Amino acid sequence: MEIINEVKFVMPSMSVNESTARAVVSSFVIQADPTVEELSDIRTAVSEAVTNSIVHGYRHYSGKIEITVRILAERKIYIKIKDRGCGIEDVKQAMEPLFTTAPEEERSGLGFSVMQSFMDRLIVRSKPNIGTTVTMYKRLG
Amino acid sequence: MSVKVEIKSERDCVSAVLKGEIDHHSAREVRAEIDSYIVTYQPEKFVIDFKGVTFMDSSGVGLILGRSKLLKECGGELEVRNASASVKRVLKLSGIERIVNII
Ligand SMILES: Nc1ncnc2c1ncn2[C@@H]1O[C@H](COP(=O)(O)OP(=O)(O)OP(=O)(O)O)[C@@H](O)[C@H]1O
Ligand SMILES: [Mg+2]
Repeated sequence: MEIINEVKFVMPSMSVNESTARAVVSSFVIQADPTVEELSDIRTAVSEAVTNSIVHGYRHYSGKIEITVRILAERKIYIKIKDRGCGIEDVKQAMEPLFTTAPEEERSGLGFSVMQSFMDRLIVRSKPNIGTTVTMYKRLG
Repeated sequence: MSVKVEIKSERDCVSAVLKGEIDHHSAREVRAEIDSYIVTYQPEKFVIDFKGVTFMDSSGVGLILGRSKLLKECGGELEVRNASASVKRVLKLSGIERIVNII
């Protein structure tokens, strides 16, 4: 699909960058003129994916998070969030609502459910010891 | 800091008024402030006021559930007030309304 505009950025896996990622993505996406609700959905989904990379992927060592945002034809937004962290053994299980490997840290297993319901499409690719890539699409109304 | 916590004690009601964005990074500070109050004063009822919260993701759900659990252990109860439409959509997805009073 035709790429109208694109931004790519890389950040270290520091928790302070959860808000950095939201701010960069939303200031880029705003040129596609989303509604307040659409923008809030996108910010929330990005926050979930980036937080997962920081909390889970880079739990034992720090690393980089790569984010690509595209505005595609027909007002479609594409967002890719990639880490080279520990990866996920069983992606299907990880995506089940309320499944978490960190309950003692007050995680509730909702991140993937939020991404799924706030975006139109969610694709999760992951390999243990290689990393995780989350790709999301949302069509603006 | 991306979030501010102000604990207000008025007659029969104690509340933590939050301002800013709640994510995994900022939740840590909110948790520490609220928990130290709960453990010290053991209130019967504690309110978290979301009036000034402009963003919240699933980290906020964990934050609310954790405080609710701690309050129950101390014989108290949690209430969540003034959540915006976007915060409410995250709360709704979590099904947390069945456990915590959301007004
Ligand atoms: N980037 C990642 N790297 C490694 N593991 C991940 C990654 N993202 C998710 N996971 C795994 O998938 C599980 C489910 O993720 P999800 O975001 O749905 O819930 P959570 O992060 O545990 O809790 P919450 O998002 O509600 O705070 C996580 O507990 C973790 O085991
Ligand atoms: Mg998560």
